[in-house]
Amino acid sequence: MQNGKDVKESLNKKANYGPDVNLDDYKVGTYTPEITNDIDDVSDDVKKRMVNVGVMPCKTSRSGTIFFIDNGPSYVSSESKDLELLPIREAAKKYDLSEYLWKAVDPGKDKYTSKTYLEDSDGYFIRVKAGKHIKTPVQTCMLLNRNKQMQNLHNIIIVEENASLEVITGCTTGKHAHESLHVGVSETYVKDGGSLKFSMIHNWSQGTHVRPRSGCIVGRNAKFVNNYIILNKVGSVQSYPATYLNGEGASAKYSSICLGHEGSDIDMGCLVELNAPGTSAEIISRSITLGGRMVARGRLVGRAPGVKAHLECRSLVLNDAGLTLAVPELESTVADVEMTHEAAVGKIARDQVEYLMMRGLTEDEAVGMIVRGFLEGGISGLPPELKKDIDDAIAKANLGS
Amino acid sequence: MLKIKDLHVEAGGKEILRGINLEIMDGQTSVLFGPNGSGKSTLLAAIMGLGHCKVTKGNIVYNGVDITNMPIDERARMGIGMMMQRPPNIVGVKLKDLVRVISKDDSVTDRANEFRMDNFLERDINVGFSGGEIKRSELLQLTAQKPKFVLLDEPESGVDLESIDLVGKKVRELLYEDSHCDLGKTVSALVITHTGQILDHIGADRAYILNDGHIKCSGRPTDLLKDIRERGYKECIQCRMVKM
Repeated sequence: MQNGKDVKESLNKKANYGPDVNLDDYKVGTYTPEITNDIDDVSDDVKKRMVNVGVMPCKTSRSGTIFFIDNGPSYVSSESKDLELLPIREAAKKYDLSEYLWKAVDPGKDKYTSKTYLEDSDGYFIRVKAGKHIKTPVQTCMLLNRNKQMQNLHNIIIVEENASLEVITGCTTGKHAHESLHVGVSETYVKDGGSLKFSMIHNWSQGTHVRPRSGCIVGRNAKFVNNYIILNKVGSVQSYPATYLNGEGASAKYSSICLGHEGSDIDMGCLVELNAPGTSAEIISRSITLGGRMVARGRLVGRAPGVKAHLECRSLVLNDAGLTLAVPELESTVADVEMTHEAAVGKIARDQVEYLMMRGLTEDEAVGMIVRGFLEGGISGLPPELKKDIDDAIAKANLGS
Repeated sequence: MLKIKDLHVEAGGKEILRGINLEIMDGQTSVLFGPNGSGKSTLLAAIMGLGHCKVTKGNIVYNGVDITNMPIDERARMGIGMMMQRPPNIVGVKLKDLVRVISKDDSVTDRANEFRMDNFLERDINVGFSGGEIKRSELLQLTAQKPKFVLLDEPESGVDLESIDLVGKKVRELLYEDSHCDLGKTVSALVITHTGQILDHIGADRAYILNDGHIKCSGRPTDLLKDIRERGYKECIQCRMVKM
């Protein structure tokens, strides 16, 4: 662990990728913890914004919900005794979290982690007890509500041995937060035999800058699935989550779906280190560039025998403006690995559009069907409400009907 | 039903069809023979309106309407359907979803087992399909579409011996749609075949030999096929041109 002084020196350290953000342009977000567990206390506007990022304002189909407005918790509800769901500041009072805090993410990594560390930011703490399987998803929602503010959150998820969990997290802005900054540090631990499916949906205002910083440590025969979706305009997103497959037989799958609108700068990467024998990883990225800057990075590092990993970056470019960049990287320090990648950047193939038109679909309908298939094909088991979001985004961006 | 007059078509910057005249009557099945590269697939693609074919002269009239410059989907909605020889892969679009969208009869996906395609409904269209699976998928889609005029580009190519009967049966059902007893075909067709195997199932009315962008001769399908088999295209065309 670095000491506070070292971390403070990182306050001016730019991130490796993406446009730099001046932290001094933003006030630290308000911290007004007013926690309720009655969903009726949540305003209708906030509920509507929750739904837009896959978070349901009801308890029936979810095992638990935790909700942050700016930097403070505002709603917590847990429906399962096998699940602990609480703000991390409260968790730190109950437990010694030293083996989890800043162990999967380096606080001195860049200015964003440094700021979150120095602010001792609150966030969610989710833990599933060993051997327990949480049947319906836990949902978390981060609302950045005030303009020119910086939201700093620090989250921890622990899936204990042989337990399983699904988390849906939605991040969004309030109606007045036109130009704000979101920084979310997430540290995730999937212990031996555990399983975690984590889906993150972003829906920000078009002037928002977003810098998630995530690290995940996966144990023996444990499984981590990570999905990321951003379909609406945003100022910039730069993210490069890292997963460390440290236990033998561990696996990770990353999928992302991004629309790069004009004026948006999305730099989406992903690192998986395969550090133990027999580990496997898959990174699938599907993006569409509509005049913005769209970068898809992926890096797989094989450090043990018998690892298998595949990386796939596919981008559709729908007009001449903007930039599309696919950067797939493979690195190995041992001989016995099977690591592959493929990257494709291009327009929608005309013969595919004509094939569907031959069956009677209009050109618009054909393009819409291909784009929808291209995006949905990136994530298996996409929740139905997110399919609807994709349909809406396709219609809104005039990508066919 | 279909009348083609002095049709010239370019593809890839080269003139492929050089003045095709052809008429297909209601309920008639016509067959196109011809060596590889003679322009058969280009003729079918031009009738369907596919973008890589550019009509430089002449016209195509379907049911009295000049469709020469009509978009593909409008032709499809007027009742023209096509079975492609090598259709494109459509990653992410499931066969089931396309069949449902184009289906004029909701039960077509339930009938996928008749085409031995029930295990393919959840698969991406044409991705990893074998030759025979592609043909059966095309036929399932056409059955959903219910065209009145079908263009079939080598329906038997790449199909194993066991599946050829199924493909033949499904093509036959497509052409005799809604027809009872011996009332004859209700759907017209233009079929490309090299082997003539498909003709055992559908019974063609008229055959043409296309070579070098021209229709060189026409006749009864069985006669033409016999001549081609016995003498090859070159001699067959020379002989028949003398007779014409």
